[in-house]
Amino acid sequence: MSAPTRQRVIALYKQLTYLGREYPAGADYFHQKLKSAFLKNKDLTHPDEIQKRIDLGDYVCKEIEAMYHINKYRAMKKRYYEDATEESIQSKLENTDWANGSSKK
Amino acid sequence: MSNLRILVACKRVVDYAVKIRVNAAGTAVETANVKHSMNPFDEIGTEQAILIKEALAKSKGTAEIIAVSCGPNKSQETLRTALAMGADRAIHVETDEELQPLAVAKLLRAVVDKEKPDMVILGKQAIDDDSNQTGQMLAGLLNWPQATFASKVELAEKAMTVTREVDGGVETVKTALPAILTTDLRLNVPRYASLPNIMKAKKKPLAKLTVAELGVDIKPRIETLKVAEPPKRQGGKIVESVDDLVDKLKNEAKVL
Repeated sequence: MSAPTRQRVIALYKQLTYLGREYPAGADYFHQKLKSAFLKNKDLTHPDEIQKRIDLGDYVCKEIEAMYHINKYRAMKKRYYEDATEESIQSKLENTDWANGSSKK
Repeated sequence: MSNLRILVACKRVVDYAVKIRVNAAGTAVETANVKHSMNPFDEIGTEQAILIKEALAKSKGTAEIIAVSCGPNKSQETLRTALAMGADRAIHVETDEELQPLAVAKLLRAVVDKEKPDMVILGKQAIDDDSNQTGQMLAGLLNWPQATFASKVELAEKAMTVTREVDGGVETVKTALPAILTTDLRLNVPRYASLPNIMKAKKKPLAKLTVAELGVDIKPRIETLKVAEPPKRQGGKIVESVDDLVDKLKNEAKVL
């Protein structure tokens, strides 16, 4: 592995370890999975293959960040906007075509 | 558009995912050995400041983002998070005293007088005391216009148009700068500070101020009498038969 790629992989590993600290199933669980995932690919030699895995790692980073955000957003929404969501779902249900159609029948 | 200076207030609160416990004396929430993080609404505020900065950079303008936090020494962790997200520098007003919204508003006014920002962004409320007062009080103390519960912000030359979330809809207001902005949940998606940025944030300037230096009276005006947990939900019961159910509804629940 060339030196820049090696650095890139280590940075990715560090970033994922850092993200894993808040993982809902626990940091230890996440770290085990992370380690085995990296070890599984340790014998890759072809640059394209390695790049593919790095891209996958970046994608996983993004997914985890998105998951944390959605968890937080939902918690906030549940705590502070519960009534409003119920109302909006109610009004949405009332405004849908099938609801109007069925009420006419 | 030219140069803007944006002050962002960040509060260190008990993390949203932590199960809150009332302390043994029933006077406050247990905060020792509990995970803390930046108030989610302040994260949204920080993100908004960064978005404004990025938008200005495209039109050859600049913005300086100053994160400010009032509280004990550990508030610096929250400021480092803000710096890692993209704030330029931070101000920590250190005190171990209990701070109520009025005290924080007064401290922020003192910081505003020092730094002369064009805009102050705050979260609409903190998720620990849920006061929803600091932004409004600060606007009152400074005699600045305020746009609270913002769900959309558009910046123009020395003015901004803000869409606010109000009961049963949205309201669009326009205000001149300087002004106070408080953020609502739907304003933006806060970015997650990356590891390299957290490392870089350690080198960003963090100024420390004391309450005495700012000459602010932070004496609490409100006394907390009691803090109690919500009543525990009682377990359900399995009924044997329909008669049993009717009997229980009549005699125990008294709904029939």
